[in-house]
Amino acid sequence: MLGADLTLFEEDERRLAAVLRRLCEEAKSRAVFLIDKSGQLIAAAGETANVDITSLASLTAGSIAASGGLAQLLGEKEFSVLFHEGEKDNLHISVVAQRAILVVLFDRRSSLGLVRLRLKRAAEDIGQAFAEMALRTQQEAGRGRAAFQAQFAQFTDEDIEDLFKS
Amino acid sequence: MSFINYAAREINCKLVYYGPGLCGKTTNLQHIYSKVEPSTKGKLISLATETERTLFFDFLPLELGSIRGFKTRFHLYTVPGQVFYDASRKLILRGADGVILVADSQIERVEANIESLENLEANLAEQSLKLDRLPFVLQYNKRDLPNVVPVEELQTLLNPNGVPWFEACAKKGTGVFETLKGVAKLVLNELKKKT
Repeated sequence: MLGADLTLFEEDERRLAAVLRRLCEEAKSRAVFLIDKSGQLIAAAGETANVDITSLASLTAGSIAASGGLAQLLGEKEFSVLFHEGEKDNLHISVVAQRAILVVLFDRRSSLGLVRLRLKRAAEDIGQAFAEMALRTQQEAGRGRAAFQAQFAQFTDEDIEDLFKS
Repeated sequence: MSFINYAAREINCKLVYYGPGLCGKTTNLQHIYSKVEPSTKGKLISLATETERTLFFDFLPLELGSIRGFKTRFHLYTVPGQVFYDASRKLILRGADGVILVADSQIERVEANIESLENLEANLAEQSLKLDRLPFVLQYNKRDLPNVVPVEELQTLLNPNGVPWFEACAKKGTGVFETLKGVAKLVLNELKKKT
Protein backbone atom coordinates (compact mmCIF):
# COMPACT_ATOMS: atom_id res chain seq x y z
CA MET A 1 0.00 0.00 0.00
CA LEU A 2 3.03 2.22 -0.01
CA GLY A 3 2.31 5.42 -1.84
CA ALA A 4 -1.41 4.77 -1.97
CA ASP A 5 -4.09 6.86 -0.31
CA LEU A 6 -4.24 6.39 3.40
CA THR A 7 -7.58 5.68 5.00
CA LEU A 8 -7.83 5.93 8.74
CA PHE A 9 -10.77 4.35 10.54
CA GLU A 10 -11.82 5.09 14.11
CA GLU A 11 -10.38 1.85 15.46
CA ASP A 12 -7.07 2.55 13.72
CA GLU A 13 -6.82 5.96 15.30
CA ARG A 14 -7.59 4.53 18.74
CA ARG A 15 -4.99 1.84 18.29
CA LEU A 16 -2.27 4.20 17.05
CA ALA A 17 -3.07 6.76 19.75
CA ALA A 18 -2.67 4.04 22.39
CA VAL A 19 0.75 3.10 21.01
CA LEU A 20 1.80 6.76 21.07
CA ARG A 21 0.53 7.30 24.62
CA ARG A 22 2.51 4.32 25.83
CA LEU A 23 5.64 5.49 24.04
CA CYS A 24 5.23 9.00 25.44
CA GLU A 25 4.99 7.59 28.96
CA GLU A 26 7.75 4.99 28.69
CA ALA A 27 10.20 7.37 26.99
CA LYS A 28 9.40 10.11 29.54
CA SER A 29 8.88 12.45 26.60
CA ARG A 30 6.79 15.62 26.35
CA ALA A 31 4.88 14.65 23.25
CA VAL A 32 4.82 12.13 20.43
CA PHE A 33 3.47 12.64 16.91
CA LEU A 34 2.84 10.23 14.07
CA ILE A 35 2.90 11.91 10.69
CA ASP A 36 2.33 10.72 7.15
CA LYS A 37 5.34 11.25 4.85
CA SER A 38 3.33 13.78 2.87
CA GLY A 39 3.02 15.96 5.99
CA GLN A 40 -0.40 15.04 7.38
CA LEU A 41 -0.80 14.36 11.07
CA ILE A 42 -2.07 10.85 11.81
CA ALA A 43 -2.10 10.81 15.63
CA ALA A 44 -0.52 12.54 18.61
CA ALA A 45 -0.09 12.06 22.36
CA GLY A 46 1.24 14.02 25.33
CA GLU A 47 1.54 17.79 25.79
CA THR A 48 0.33 18.81 22.38
CA ALA A 49 -1.76 21.85 23.34
CA ASN A 50 0.97 24.45 22.86
CA VAL A 51 2.39 23.00 19.67
CA ASP A 52 1.33 24.12 16.18
CA ILE A 53 0.91 20.53 15.07
CA THR A 54 0.02 21.23 11.45
CA SER A 55 3.19 23.23 10.91
CA LEU A 56 5.23 20.69 12.83
CA ALA A 57 3.90 17.93 10.59
CA SER A 58 4.63 19.77 7.38
CA LEU A 59 8.15 20.85 8.39
CA THR A 60 9.03 17.39 9.68
CA ALA A 61 7.92 15.82 6.42
CA GLY A 62 10.01 18.43 4.58
CA SER A 63 13.04 17.55 6.71
CA ILE A 64 12.64 13.83 6.13
CA ALA A 65 12.16 14.40 2.42
CA ALA A 66 15.28 16.58 2.27
CA SER A 67 17.41 14.07 4.14
CA GLY A 68 15.99 11.33 1.90
CA GLY A 69 17.20 13.37 -1.06
CA LEU A 70 20.63 13.66 0.55
CA ALA A 71 20.71 9.91 1.16
CA GLN A 72 19.99 9.12 -2.47
CA LEU A 73 22.68 11.54 -3.52
CA LEU A 74 25.18 9.54 -1.50
CA GLY A 75 23.87 6.16 -2.57
CA GLU A 76 22.11 5.40 0.71
CA LYS A 77 18.56 4.07 0.75
CA GLU A 78 17.48 6.64 3.31
CA PHE A 79 18.59 8.32 6.50
CA SER A 80 15.91 6.97 8.74
CA VAL A 81 16.73 8.95 11.88
CA LEU A 82 17.12 12.67 12.48
CA PHE A 83 17.99 14.20 15.80
CA HIS A 84 17.65 17.90 16.62
CA GLU A 85 19.19 19.06 19.86
CA GLY A 86 18.02 22.31 21.45
CA GLU A 87 18.81 24.13 24.67
CA LYS A 88 15.76 22.77 26.43
CA ASP A 89 13.89 20.56 24.03
CA ASN A 90 15.04 17.92 21.59
CA LEU A 91 13.37 16.26 18.63
CA HIS A 92 13.91 12.68 17.60
CA ILE A 93 12.49 12.04 14.15
CA SER A 94 12.42 8.59 12.59
CA VAL A 95 10.82 6.84 9.68
CA VAL A 96 8.55 3.97 10.71
CA ALA A 97 6.68 1.41 8.63
CA GLN A 98 8.25 3.00 5.52
CA ARG A 99 5.49 5.54 5.04
CA ALA A 100 5.17 7.30 8.39
CA ILE A 101 7.30 9.56 10.55
CA LEU A 102 7.45 9.28 14.30
CA VAL A 103 8.42 12.47 16.13
CA VAL A 104 9.36 12.40 19.81
CA LEU A 105 9.64 15.73 21.63
CA PHE A 106 11.58 15.42 24.87
CA ASP A 107 13.46 17.53 27.40
CA ARG A 108 15.90 16.89 30.28
CA ARG A 109 13.57 14.45 31.97
CA SER A 110 14.47 11.91 29.28
CA SER A 111 17.51 11.05 27.18
CA LEU A 112 18.31 10.11 23.60
CA GLY A 113 19.17 6.58 24.72
CA LEU A 114 15.85 6.06 26.47
CA VAL A 115 13.91 7.45 23.53
CA ARG A 116 15.72 5.18 21.08
CA LEU A 117 15.17 2.16 23.29
CA ARG A 118 11.42 2.72 23.75
CA LEU A 119 10.93 3.66 20.15
CA LYS A 120 11.78 0.20 18.87
CA ARG A 121 8.70 -1.47 20.26
CA ALA A 122 6.43 1.39 19.25
CA ALA A 123 7.77 1.26 15.69
CA GLU A 124 7.00 -2.45 15.49
CA ASP A 125 3.47 -1.90 16.77
CA ILE A 126 2.88 0.92 14.31
CA GLY A 127 4.21 -1.23 11.47
CA GLN A 128 1.80 -3.98 12.44
CA ALA A 129 -1.11 -1.52 12.61
CA PHE A 130 -0.26 -0.09 9.19
CA ALA A 131 -0.05 -3.54 7.63
CA GLU A 132 -3.51 -4.36 8.92
CA MET A 133 -4.87 -0.99 7.84
CA ALA A 134 -3.55 -1.58 4.33
CA LEU A 135 -5.19 -4.97 4.21
CA ARG A 136 -8.49 -3.57 5.40
CA THR A 137 -8.40 -0.69 2.96
CA GLN A 138 -7.84 -3.21 0.21
CA GLN A 139 -10.83 -5.23 1.28
CA GLU A 140 -12.81 -1.99 1.26
CA ALA A 141 -14.70 -2.96 4.33
CA GLY A 142 -15.79 -0.66 7.13
CA ARG A 143 -18.59 1.60 8.16
CA GLY A 144 -16.57 4.75 7.62
CA ARG A 145 -16.17 4.13 3.95
CA ALA A 146 -19.87 3.45 3.60
CA ALA A 147 -20.63 6.73 5.37
CA PHE A 148 -18.11 8.48 3.17
CA GLN A 149 -19.71 7.09 0.05
CA ALA A 150 -23.22 7.82 1.26
CA GLN A 151 -22.44 11.37 2.32
CA PHE A 152 -19.27 12.99 1.08
CA ALA A 153 -19.19 11.37 -2.32
CA GLN A 154 -22.67 12.74 -3.03
CA PHE A 155 -21.42 16.32 -3.07
CA THR A 156 -22.15 18.63 -5.96
CA ASP A 157 -20.33 21.60 -7.46
CA GLU A 158 -22.63 23.80 -5.37
CA ASP A 159 -21.14 22.37 -2.18
CA ILE A 160 -17.71 23.44 -3.39
CA GLU A 161 -19.04 26.89 -4.26
CA ASP A 162 -20.38 27.15 -0.70
CA LEU A 163 -16.97 26.28 0.65
CA PHE A 164 -15.50 29.34 -1.04
CA LYS A 165 -18.33 31.75 -0.32
CA SER A 166 -17.02 33.14 2.95
CA MET B 1 -1.93 11.35 -1.72
CA SER B 2 -5.17 12.40 -0.07
CA PHE B 3 -5.67 11.43 3.51
CA ILE B 4 -9.14 10.55 4.75
CA ASN B 5 -9.63 10.34 8.48
CA TYR B 6 -12.97 8.68 9.15
CA ALA B 7 -12.51 9.01 12.91
CA ALA B 8 -12.29 12.79 12.78
CA ARG B 9 -14.35 13.00 9.56
CA GLU B 10 -11.60 14.93 7.82
CA ILE B 11 -10.28 14.99 4.31
CA ASN B 12 -6.78 16.36 3.73
CA CYS B 13 -5.51 17.26 0.29
CA LYS B 14 -2.13 18.56 -0.82
CA LEU B 15 -2.03 21.25 -3.50
CA VAL B 16 1.22 22.40 -5.06
CA TYR B 17 1.86 25.75 -6.75
CA TYR B 18 4.46 25.22 -9.48
CA GLY B 19 6.03 27.68 -11.90
CA PRO B 20 9.18 29.56 -12.86
CA GLY B 21 11.10 31.81 -10.49
CA LEU B 22 9.35 35.08 -9.55
CA CYS B 23 6.08 34.10 -11.25
CA GLY B 24 4.05 34.78 -8.09
CA LYS B 25 3.55 31.43 -6.35
CA THR B 26 4.37 32.80 -2.91
CA THR B 27 2.28 35.89 -3.66
CA ASN B 28 -0.73 33.62 -4.32
CA LEU B 29 -0.32 32.07 -0.88
CA GLN B 30 0.25 35.43 0.78
CA HIS B 31 -2.98 36.76 -0.70
CA ILE B 32 -4.96 33.73 0.45
CA TYR B 33 -3.39 34.06 3.88
CA SER B 34 -4.37 37.72 4.11
CA LYS B 35 -7.96 37.12 3.09
CA VAL B 36 -9.15 34.08 4.99
CA GLU B 37 -10.54 34.15 8.52
CA PRO B 38 -7.90 33.55 11.20
CA SER B 39 -9.87 30.56 12.50
CA THR B 40 -9.73 28.75 9.17
CA LYS B 41 -6.04 29.03 8.49
CA GLY B 42 -2.83 27.94 10.13
CA LYS B 43 0.49 29.73 10.01
CA LEU B 44 2.01 30.64 6.68
CA ILE B 45 5.46 29.14 6.74
CA SER B 46 8.03 30.46 4.30
CA LEU B 47 11.42 28.84 4.06
CA ALA B 48 13.06 31.59 2.06
CA THR B 49 16.45 33.20 1.60
CA GLU B 50 17.26 36.63 3.04
CA THR B 51 16.17 38.18 -0.23
CA GLU B 52 12.75 36.51 0.05
CA ARG B 53 13.35 33.97 -2.67
CA THR B 54 11.77 30.64 -1.76
CA LEU B 55 14.50 28.24 -0.66
CA PHE B 56 12.55 25.10 0.12
CA PHE B 57 8.81 25.73 0.25
CA ASP B 58 5.98 27.88 1.55
CA PHE B 59 3.23 26.12 3.38
CA LEU B 60 -0.29 27.23 4.25
CA PRO B 61 -2.89 24.93 5.80
CA LEU B 62 -6.47 25.96 5.03
CA GLU B 63 -9.67 24.63 6.51
CA LEU B 64 -12.45 26.10 4.47
CA GLY B 65 -15.40 24.26 5.95
CA SER B 66 -17.31 21.04 5.66
CA ILE B 67 -18.72 19.19 2.70
CA ARG B 68 -21.52 16.85 3.67
CA GLY B 69 -20.19 16.53 7.20
CA PHE B 70 -16.56 16.04 6.22
CA LYS B 71 -14.07 18.75 7.23
CA THR B 72 -12.15 19.65 4.12
CA ARG B 73 -8.56 20.72 4.60
CA PHE B 74 -6.18 21.90 1.94
CA HIS B 75 -2.46 22.05 2.47
CA LEU B 76 -1.02 24.55 0.04
CA TYR B 77 2.64 24.31 -0.90
CA THR B 78 4.78 26.30 -3.29
CA VAL B 79 7.98 25.00 -4.83
CA PRO B 80 11.13 27.07 -5.24
CA GLY B 81 10.98 28.25 -8.84
CA GLN B 82 14.64 28.81 -9.56
CA VAL B 83 16.10 26.21 -11.90
CA PHE B 84 18.84 24.98 -9.55
CA TYR B 85 16.39 23.97 -6.82
CA ASP B 86 15.08 21.02 -8.80
CA ALA B 87 15.88 18.46 -6.09
CA SER B 88 13.64 20.36 -3.66
CA ARG B 89 10.86 20.65 -6.23
CA LYS B 90 10.79 16.87 -6.67
CA LEU B 91 10.39 16.37 -2.94
CA ILE B 92 7.53 18.82 -2.58
CA LEU B 93 5.71 17.38 -5.55
CA ARG B 94 5.58 14.00 -3.84
CA GLY B 95 2.07 13.10 -2.78
CA ALA B 96 0.43 16.10 -4.43
CA ASP B 97 -3.31 15.74 -5.07
CA GLY B 98 -3.45 18.72 -7.38
CA VAL B 99 -1.05 21.08 -9.14
CA ILE B 100 -1.38 24.72 -10.16
CA LEU B 101 1.10 26.01 -12.71
CA VAL B 102 1.51 29.74 -12.20
CA ALA B 103 2.72 31.19 -15.48
CA ASP B 104 4.34 34.62 -15.73
CA SER B 105 2.50 36.39 -18.55
CA GLN B 106 5.37 38.71 -19.46
CA ILE B 107 6.89 38.28 -22.92
CA GLU B 108 10.40 37.74 -21.57
CA ARG B 109 9.21 34.88 -19.36
CA VAL B 110 7.58 32.74 -22.07
CA GLU B 111 10.50 30.35 -22.26
CA ALA B 112 10.77 30.11 -18.49
CA ASN B 113 7.10 29.06 -18.36
CA ILE B 114 7.59 26.34 -20.97
CA GLU B 115 10.72 25.14 -19.21
CA SER B 116 8.85 24.98 -15.91
CA LEU B 117 5.98 23.00 -17.45
CA GLU B 118 8.44 20.55 -19.00
CA ASN B 119 10.24 20.28 -15.68
CA LEU B 120 6.92 19.55 -13.96
CA GLU B 121 6.14 16.79 -16.45
CA ALA B 122 9.62 15.27 -16.05
CA ASN B 123 9.42 15.33 -12.26
CA LEU B 124 5.97 13.75 -12.31
CA ALA B 125 7.20 11.07 -14.70
CA GLU B 126 9.87 10.13 -12.14
CA GLN B 127 7.00 9.28 -9.80
CA SER B 128 5.23 7.44 -12.62
CA LEU B 129 2.62 10.20 -12.77
CA LYS B 130 1.27 12.01 -15.79
CA LEU B 131 0.02 15.55 -15.91
CA ASP B 132 -3.10 14.63 -17.88
CA ARG B 133 -4.09 12.14 -15.17
CA LEU B 134 -3.65 14.60 -12.30
CA PRO B 135 -5.95 17.48 -11.22
CA PHE B 136 -4.13 20.36 -12.88
CA VAL B 137 -4.98 24.00 -13.62
CA LEU B 138 -3.12 26.94 -15.10
CA GLN B 139 -2.93 30.48 -13.82
CA TYR B 140 -1.80 33.24 -16.16
CA ASN B 141 -0.44 35.70 -13.65
CA LYS B 142 0.61 39.36 -13.89
CA ARG B 143 -2.12 40.19 -16.43
CA ASP B 144 -1.99 43.82 -15.25
CA LEU B 145 1.50 44.39 -16.63
CA PRO B 146 1.93 46.17 -19.99
CA ASN B 147 4.24 43.67 -21.70
CA VAL B 148 2.08 40.55 -21.50
CA VAL B 149 1.62 37.78 -24.06
CA PRO B 150 -2.01 37.38 -25.25
CA VAL B 151 -3.88 34.62 -23.44
CA GLU B 152 -4.55 32.78 -26.73
CA GLU B 153 -0.83 32.45 -27.31
CA LEU B 154 -0.19 31.23 -23.76
CA GLN B 155 -2.99 28.71 -24.23
CA THR B 156 -1.35 27.32 -27.37
CA LEU B 157 2.03 27.12 -25.69
CA LEU B 158 1.11 25.85 -22.24
CA ASN B 159 -2.35 24.35 -22.39
CA PRO B 160 -2.68 21.90 -25.29
CA ASN B 161 -4.92 19.62 -23.19
CA GLY B 162 -7.34 22.43 -22.41
CA VAL B 163 -7.27 22.21 -18.61
CA PRO B 164 -9.09 24.94 -16.62
CA TRP B 165 -7.16 28.22 -16.70
CA PHE B 166 -7.46 31.51 -14.90
CA GLU B 167 -6.19 35.02 -15.49
CA ALA B 168 -4.74 36.61 -12.39
CA CYS B 169 -2.94 39.45 -10.79
CA ALA B 170 -1.81 37.81 -7.57
CA LYS B 171 -0.39 41.03 -6.11
CA LYS B 172 -3.86 42.60 -6.16
CA GLY B 173 -5.54 39.29 -5.45
CA THR B 174 -7.44 39.07 -8.75
CA GLY B 175 -8.03 35.46 -9.82
CA VAL B 176 -6.27 33.92 -6.82
CA PHE B 177 -9.32 32.36 -5.19
CA GLU B 178 -10.80 31.43 -8.58
CA THR B 179 -7.66 29.42 -9.29
CA LEU B 180 -7.77 27.73 -5.90
CA LYS B 181 -11.44 26.92 -6.33
CA GLY B 182 -10.75 25.55 -9.80
CA VAL B 183 -8.16 23.08 -8.61
CA ALA B 184 -10.13 22.21 -5.46
CA LYS B 185 -13.08 21.19 -7.63
CA LEU B 186 -10.90 18.88 -9.71
CA VAL B 187 -9.25 17.34 -6.63
CA LEU B 188 -12.53 16.67 -4.80
CA ASN B 189 -14.14 15.24 -7.92
CA GLU B 190 -11.15 12.96 -8.36
CA LEU B 191 -11.57 11.80 -4.77
CA LYS B 192 -15.23 11.09 -5.44
CA LYS B 193 -14.33 9.02 -8.48
CA LYS B 194 -11.90 6.91 -6.46
CA THR B 195 -14.40 5.89 -3.79
